Formats: sequence, C-alpha cells, structure tokens
Amino acid sequence: MAEPHGSTALSASERTAVLEVRDLTSSYGPVRALDGVTLRAETGRITAVLGANGAGKTTLLRTISGLVRCERGQVLLDGEDITRAPVESMVTKGMAHVPEGRGVIAELTVEENLRVGALFRGKVGREEFDRVYDLFPRLTERRGQPAHVLSGGERQMLVIGRALLARPRILLLDEPSLGLAPRIVAQIFGLVRRLVDAEGLSVLLVEQNARSALTVADTGIVLNLGRVVAAEDARTLLADEGLRHAYLGF
Amino acid sequence: MTDPRTAPAGTDVDAAPVLATAAANAPSAQAGAGRRSFLPRSTLLRHLILLVVGAVLAVALLELTDPFTNSQLAQVAYYAIAAGGLTVLTGLNGQISLGHGALMAVGAYTTALFLQADEPWPLPLIFLVSIAVTAVVGAIVGVAAARLHGPYLAGATLALAVGLPGLALYFRDTLGGEQGLRVRAPRPPDWFREAISTLSGGSGSTTKWLAYVGAFWLLIAFFLLANLARSRIGRTWRAVRDQEVAAELAGISLAPWRVLAFVVSAACAGLGGAVLAVVVRLAAPSAFTLVLSLALLTAIVIGGLGSLFGALIGSAILVFLPPWVTDLGTSAGLNGTKAAQLAPFVYGAVLVLAMIFAPAGIVGTLRLRLLGLRARRAARAGGG
Amino acid sequence: MRQFVNVTLNGLTQGMIFAAFALALVLIWRSTRIVNFAQGAMAAATSFIALALIHSGQSYWVALVVALASGFVLGAVVERVVIRPVEGGPELNAVIVTLGLFVAIEALIAIIAGSSFQSFPAPFGLEGFSVGDGRIALTPNGLFIIGSVLVTMLLLVGLFRFTRLGLAMRASAFGQEVARLLGVRVGRMLTLGWALAAVVGSLAGLLIAGGGLVHPAYMDSIIVYGFVAAVLGGLDSPIGSVVGGLILGLLLSYVSGYVPRGSGLVNLAALVILVVVLLVRPGGLFSSTTSRRA
Repeated sequence: MAEPHGSTALSASERTAVLEVRDLTSSYGPVRALDGVTLRAETGRITAVLGANGAGKTTLLRTISGLVRCERGQVLLDGEDITRAPVESMVTKGMAHVPEGRGVIAELTVEENLRVGALFRGKVGREEFDRVYDLFPRLTERRGQPAHVLSGGERQMLVIGRALLARPRILLLDEPSLGLAPRIVAQIFGLVRRLVDAEGLSVLLVEQNARSALTVADTGIVLNLGRVVAAEDARTLLADEGLRHAYLGF
Repeated sequence: MTDPRTAPAGTDVDAAPVLATAAANAPSAQAGAGRRSFLPRSTLLRHLILLVVGAVLAVALLELTDPFTNSQLAQVAYYAIAAGGLTVLTGLNGQISLGHGALMAVGAYTTALFLQADEPWPLPLIFLVSIAVTAVVGAIVGVAAARLHGPYLAGATLALAVGLPGLALYFRDTLGGEQGLRVRAPRPPDWFREAISTLSGGSGSTTKWLAYVGAFWLLIAFFLLANLARSRIGRTWRAVRDQEVAAELAGISLAPWRVLAFVVSAACAGLGGAVLAVVVRLAAPSAFTLVLSLALLTAIVIGGLGSLFGALIGSAILVFLPPWVTDLGTSAGLNGTKAAQLAPFVYGAVLVLAMIFAPAGIVGTLRLRLLGLRARRAARAGGG
Repeated sequence: MRQFVNVTLNGLTQGMIFAAFALALVLIWRSTRIVNFAQGAMAAATSFIALALIHSGQSYWVALVVALASGFVLGAVVERVVIRPVEGGPELNAVIVTLGLFVAIEALIAIIAGSSFQSFPAPFGLEGFSVGDGRIALTPNGLFIIGSVLVTMLLLVGLFRFTRLGLAMRASAFGQEVARLLGVRVGRMLTLGWALAAVVGSLAGLLIAGGGLVHPAYMDSIIVYGFVAAVLGGLDSPIGSVVGGLILGLLLSYVSGYVPRGSGLVNLAALVILVVVLLVRPGGLFSSTTSRRA
C-alpha cells in the first residue's frame, strides 16, 4: 500500500492555486466519505482526481461546490474562503460545477439549457452563444430540440458549453467520460485541453477512467476511501505501476 | 416514497414518516435483545394478554363514568376502529386514503338498512354483513388504488369521499336522501342488565350497552389488526411500502398486497360505520363529509402512522378536543357556530405542525426517543 | 338542438373555471412536485377578502385586484413557511400538510366571516344573450370568465417561454440541483411559482363566486374538479390543464343536463372520469415521455 505522497513535486512557487482544499471532511450519515482531504488545483492546469468507485471523488466536488456540507475543513477559491458560501453564489465567484450525470435539463431545449448557464450574468451577447455553437457544431443542428433527444456525447458537450457560458475561472467536471465511446471521450478531453491552453481555464476533473484522464491532465490526485494517497505530476503517476495497479485499475 | 435511511447527507432523517413508522412498528427490543421483559415472547400470547387488560380497562372506564362520557367513549370506539384500519393502510402499506369516511358510510347505511326490518337479524350478524359489504367496496376501490401513488391516490380517494355521499341523494327512496335513515338502536339484552347491576349496581341503559358494543368490537378489531401487523402479511405490506423494487425482484407481486391492505382497512371502516350507525342512530350524508375522512387522517397522524395505540389516542383527541376547544371559544366571546369551527382549525393546524415538527406522531416520536435513549445507554454500557 | 347548445355553452364556461384551477395545480406540481390540496381554501380566503371590500363600498374591480394580490402574498407565505420544510421529503408529508392547511384555512374563514351563505356580485350581466327568439346560456359574465382565463394563460405562456424569469422558474422546476449550481436562486423561484399559482387559483375562486353564493366550503368540489381536469390533461402540462378543464366541463355538463337527476351524480361522474384516466392513461392526454435523467 503506497504511502500518501507529499505535496506535489511541481514548483509551487511558479503557479498559483486557483482552488485549495484543506482537511476537508464530510459524511453521509455514519459513512465518512471525505476524510481530511487536502489538495490544490493550479491555475491554468487540469487537475485530475482519480480513484475507484466510492473513493469520494464525487463527494469531493459536491462538497467544494456546496451541495454537501462539510464537517471540517476549508475551501479556498483564489484565496477567498468559500467553505460556507451558498451553492448559488459559486458561479458568481467563478466556479462552475458540471455534476455527475451531466445535469442536462431534459425538458428544456438545447438553446434554453445554454441560456440557463448565462442567467446569473444578466444580459449576454449573442456572440458568446455563437462561440459555444462554434465549439460544438453538433449542437447547432439541435438548437431548438428538447435536450432529451441528445446522445450522451452531445449532452456532455451541451453541459460543458453551458458551463462555459458562466465564464468560470475553474470548471469542476464530474466523470465526463461516463458511458461514452472512447472516440468521443478523446474528442471531449481534447477540447477541454485546448480551452485550458488557449484561455487559461482551470479544470478539476474527476474521472474513473484514469488512463484517459492522465493523458490529458497536468496533475493527478488519487483518492482512496476518502483520503488522498497520491498527488503527483500526471506523467509521474502514469509511470508508477504500483500505484496504478493499487488504485487506478490499470 | 424515498427511503430516508439511504437519503444523502443533510436530509433530516427524523422528518420521514417511513423511519418513524419503522420506529412505531419496531419489534419490541425485548424479544430480540434478550433483555428482561414482563410480557411473554409469543406475539399471540402478548396480544391476548393486552386484549384482556384492555377489556378490564374498558369495563372500568365505562362503569366509572357518567352516561354522557359513555356516549363519548362510544364515539371514540367507532373512530378508533376506522382509524385502526386506516393507520395499518397508511402506516404499514404506505397508501394514503381520503375516502375512508365514505367507506364508513357504506358500513353505516348497510347496518341501517338491515335494522329496518321488523325482525332484524342479531346485531353481530348485521355487523358482519356490513363489514363484508364494505370489504367488497374496498376491494373495488383497492384495485383501482393499487396502481396509484401519493397525490394521485390522495386525489382519487378525495373524489371518492366527495362523490359517494351523492349516491344517498340519488337513491333517495331507499337511502333516505338528505335526511338519511333512522336507525332503531337495539335494546340491551337482559343478561347485560343483570351483569351490569351485579358489577356496579348501575342500570344497563341503551347508551351504556352501545358503548359496550363499541368497546367490544374495538378490542376484537385491534386484536386482529395487531396480529395481522406482526404476521407475515404485515411484513410483506411493509416490504411493499418501503422497497418496491426489491420486493418485486423477490417475486412479490405488489398489487394484490395493496388491495388486501385496502380491503382490511375498508372492513374496519365498515365496522366503524356500523357502530356509528347504532350509536348515533342515524345514517345521513351530512355525517360522512370530507371532514370525517380528514378527521380520521388527523387522528392517525397525531397518534403516529402505523401504531394502533396511536390510532386510539388520536381518536380520543378527536372526540374530546372539540367540545373543550369550543368551550374555550365561547368563553373567549365567539358565538356558538364560530366556536364550533375552532376544532377543525385546531385539527388543520395540528396536522401542519405535526408534519413539520413531529411527523412521527405522538407514539412514533416517543418510540424514536426511547430507541435513541436505549441506543445511548447501550453505547455507554459497551464502553463506547 | 337549443338544449344541446345551452348545455355545451354552460359546459365551456364551467370548464374554463376548472381549467384555471387546474392550471394553478399544475403550476405548483411542476415546480415542487406537490399537489396543493389547499388551493381551493386559499382561493376562498381571498374571495372573502374581496367580499369584505365590496361590502365596505369598494368597487368589484378594486376588490378583484386586492384579492389577486393577497393571493400572491398568501401563496408566497405558504410556500416559504409551511411547504419549504416538507419539500423534497416523502410525498405523504406534503399531502398531509396541504390537507391540514385546507382544513385550517376553511375553519379560519368560518371563524372570521361566519358559515352562512353570502351572495357575491358579478362584474357583468347574468342574462343570457338573446339569439333569435330566445336566450342562450352564454352571459356577458360568462364571456368575462372565458376571456380572463384565456388572458391569464397567455400571460403565463409569455412569462415562461419568453422571459428570463420564466426560464429560471422552469430550470428550477426541472433541474433543481443543476439550476442551483448555475446560480439560479431556486428557493425564490419556487416561492414565486406558488405565488403565481395562488393568483390563478384566486382568479378561479372569484370567477366561481361571481353571481352566486359563497360560504367557507364553496370551493370544495372545485378542488376535485380541478384535480381531475389537471390529471386529465397531464399534471405536467399547462395546456393540458386547459384542455382537460374544458373536456371535464363539457362532460359534466352533459351528465347534468341529459341524465335524469344527473346533477346529483356530477361528483361521482368526476370520480369515474378520474379513475378511467388514471388507469388507462395515467400521464394524461398530453403526457410526454421525457426522460428526466440526463
């Protein structure tokens, strides 16, 4: 069993942490889902959170965005303590969470789903919507259709596009690859990578598909039973066979 | 209905009647934990003992109180019979019904019709017939209800409650229309009069006789319901309520069990209605309005869903609270009719407050506290 | 022939009122997944407020506006104070809460305003229009009923389809968690949903009251009819509630008009229709099989 590694080997002085989590603990009834999790997501990087089912990855995102109340610990967004901030205020602070299951609002059309992403901002120019449609041409065809006709891959694009319309500083993505064919997964990951590189977007990516996630991520954080057991540069993690076999399933 | 035991963090687990019902129905810890207990382990024996104790208490209560209170106790009896059936339906099987007032009407009218004969059948037989008729109606309603849930079921039974009394108006000739049917209350038999004079020296008046009739049938009904609740049938009802998917996977077909629960509760309502008919000596549509169904619901919610004892407490509150509240109202200056409305206002307010603050009802909340206390004591004893 | 026309017109006018009430129920169902059994009592309360104003000399129209406004406030307060604690919990709790409210509000009206029947003025004439050599069962008041419900519907459609507020409300109704994550104040949207529904309910209450008698329990049957109409059209569909209301109005009118002594069977007829719909097509006429899981 690998020992929890120390903090990341990257030179922390070079990059700031857009998101910092300190000793985060939360429970579902008697079950401790997060047990003193500490991690950083660096600005302009993709930080992957990996681990087996039930390791606490989804709970981590839900606690960060406030859907789940933590018992202990802190969440800092660009230095600001948002631990107890209400869920609805997160987007205004620049954090967009795309939840597990994608969160497509099936009864609304594609266009309406996108508009929900921009609701809190007030009036948003048409160009911003056009930009999303440019990023995801498939959505353009389905603009006026109810969202439930979309395929899994199209839904994932829709929710990412919707989150982008919130102009976030950091994007929390929960298992975007779930149920998608490898080709589509590669497409979506590729797109996320381009957004990060081109616009300095930061991404906290929760994934069970560790192999794919690590090819696109900069940093990898491994959770097991609610604890951080590794926090390394992605390449280092990919090379560490022992760790991979123990926690990541490949 | 969601199962609060698997609800995500942040859910107030206490606020769920499902968990509360579980508490209210918790098999006595005595039976399982090997602690000392005053009651024997066998369910049947335990219930028989409770039955005898209940009978003794009933006799004592009826003999020690005046005739007016006797008639009030008779009221408690017929409400409690119907409420008992309803709490089993809603508490154990999870089906809500706003139509049980209408089912009581079925029982009442059946009894009234049979008592119209010149040489009526013996009362127990008439009651059994009323139970049977109402059970059949309950089966018909239950078949339709088995496929419905939550608000749909509530709405459908609401429509039943509002619609069924209309039948009495439509069949004006047989069913007496707006005035209803007068019921000739049976006179107390001689053996009863003798027994009462031997027991307490009092006279066996008709009022007292009817109160005894009510108490008798209440005890029988509760005995049967209690055994049913603890039996395999009761467990299946709970399984159907809580874990629909699991029950279906286990091969339990849900609908017949729902219908059975409905039939049983309808039978109780019919019996309650039958007793009502003889106690009130009238079967008229005005006695079976929506308010009656809601009153029954209030009784079982206050008492605690799934608890027979709670149904009894709730029924007692239902009978004794209104006069007390009305008196408060008149002494506070309200005129008679307005003061009479204070009671339903209190029911409604209690229902709302109970659901928000104590959804487990009186019995349920007490059980939960007791369980919590026992758990803490056990944890301390275990050195935890 | 004349009778058919009259019975049909009567059914349409009644149906519009059922439609309005059903619309109120649907609005609340869509946003909070609760059937508000107290809607009728709430509407009755606002009608009595209107009546009190009329008795003190105000015009019908002032009383109407005040009734609608108080409906708005009442709906908002009820959602925030009474319903919020039981939202999202087991549905049994919410059903019991709304029933408790129903009983309590009606009793409160009786305590404050008494239980006797009082007449309520109608804003327009109650004589049927004369057509040919007789009168038909369509009155100026009936036109007002039909018109006001149609206008309300159009306003609501406009609100939901074309405004950002309406979008926020729909997002809150269909994707509560996601909406919160995107910054929508879901709690406020739910309160607003209840407030608007209560306004529509108040309107229905006033339309029924006009030209007739009111007493604390006068809305009791309408709860049943409104519910049946809503189920008939599909609890999720505002258009459905209108169509359902019209169909129900017509059916009940035919029962009342053509079946001997049928007026006593109207409630039972509603029950039968409800059971048939729930067993044959539980989603209602306009049920759409939208998958709610993305």
